[in-house]
Amino acid sequence: MQKHTVVKILLIFSLVFTTGNLFAKESEKKEHEGEGGLKERIKEFIDHHLQDSYDFTLFSDEEANKHYGFPLPVILWDNGLKVFSSSKFHHGETVAEVDGNYYKLYHSKIYKTDASGTINYDEDHHATNAKPLDFSITKNVVSMLLISLLMFFMFRSLAKSYKKNNGIPTGVGRFLEPLVLFIRDDIAIPNIGEHKYKKYMSFLLTVFFFIWFLNLLGMTPLGVNVTGNIAVTFALALIVFLITNLTANKNYWGHIFWMPGVPTFMKVVLAPIELLGVFIKPFSLMIRLYANMTAGHVVLMSIIGMIFLFKNWIGGPLSFGLAFALSILELLVAALQAYIFTMLSALYFGMANEEAHH
Amino acid sequence: MEKLINDFSFGLFFWQILIFVGLLLLLRKFAWKPILEAVSNREEGIKNALESAEEARKEMQNLQADNERILNEARAERDGMLKEARQLKENMIADAKSEAQAEADKIVAQAQATIASEKKAAIADLKNQVAGLSVEIAEKVVRKELSGKGKQLELVESMLEDVTLN
Repeated sequence: MQKHTVVKILLIFSLVFTTGNLFAKESEKKEHEGEGGLKERIKEFIDHHLQDSYDFTLFSDEEANKHYGFPLPVILWDNGLKVFSSSKFHHGETVAEVDGNYYKLYHSKIYKTDASGTINYDEDHHATNAKPLDFSITKNVVSMLLISLLMFFMFRSLAKSYKKNNGIPTGVGRFLEPLVLFIRDDIAIPNIGEHKYKKYMSFLLTVFFFIWFLNLLGMTPLGVNVTGNIAVTFALALIVFLITNLTANKNYWGHIFWMPGVPTFMKVVLAPIELLGVFIKPFSLMIRLYANMTAGHVVLMSIIGMIFLFKNWIGGPLSFGLAFALSILELLVAALQAYIFTMLSALYFGMANEEAHH
Repeated sequence: MEKLINDFSFGLFFWQILIFVGLLLLLRKFAWKPILEAVSNREEGIKNALESAEEARKEMQNLQADNERILNEARAERDGMLKEARQLKENMIADAKSEAQAEADKIVAQAQATIASEKKAAIADLKNQVAGLSVEIAEKVVRKELSGKGKQLELVESMLEDVTLN
């Protein structure tokens, strides 16, 4: 057993060193481009990584300009449903022709163009071409679907294991059950209250594991960044906003529009502030998750990029060590952000359900 | 901010809402409800088991206390009974003694009375017999004394003498 582990470690080391050499050789070839070119490329790579994409690229060979991965379906609504494979774009290099319409990928967005793929710009260098309604199954959608499937099977198996094993979880459930209990006992009950927490449990559990698993998926070399996407965090925050305000009781609205226990003048002043707070709370949820995950990805990728910038025996390992330490920190942040999102959601639900006690 | 709005993809938002709400509903039906139910059932079971264990412990304690109490009572009763028996024995002995004493006294008194009466009777009898005997002896003596005429005269004379003297 131990011998196997040693062999594995040696294998990993040799792999790391050989790939390191490969990259080094590549860097030497690029030497004539200069530091600026490499920096530009790293920045571009990071930018590209942070954004959603229409195909699932596992890795790219920039030398040969080859991308390894698989295309995903593009679904557009442009006077009728248009479904085609993203391979038609050839990673933005060619114009895709569907039913006599032409579409081009420009800065990770689909624009309607003419047959030659002309993009028109305004004075601020923004594309002015028409953008069709885009419901494509992008990389992020695929990641979400994968995580959803994974979650469904994991928690379904946990639920089943209770029946089979007389109330005691088996397998992966032994790891998941304490987390479920943690959310119930340390997030839901203290924030919402013993009597009302039950109706929010499904949301809290789903959102916690959804965010956490997607954050963890973002740590893999697959290069997905779902929770660092503003559309995703906006959707989550919107759901929190809707649940909070749709389940709120009279006392909650009373506190917003006619704060009890303060002079009438203050009531008038407080009402707009409180009303603003209703929107700011979910908005902060959206920005917090987005900013934390994006920042984590940017910093981590920048430090990994530094390995290739330094190209020497001191800077490289130093950057590697830094990236390694930061990765561990990011693993913590992945769980922490999921926890904070769930915790604050529970807090808002609790506020919406608070009974008058003055 | 402009970059954020520019980055916002309605398609992704649409899919996210769809997937998340779908996942939420599916998990609620197939996972969260059974999981939370199973967990709370188990917790309920554990709570009940602990409670019944506590109850059994208390009952055990009660039983032990009862046993102790019963034992003590029995011991006290035994002691009481022994004491009573001793008392009874002593009483009986004392009673018997006094009764025996009384009986003995009575018997003795009776015996004494009998003896006294017997003695009286015997004395009376003896007196009678002595009197009889004395009379007989006197008769015989008199007969013998007065067997001659001279003697009879002598006697009459002495007697007469006595009378005159008187």
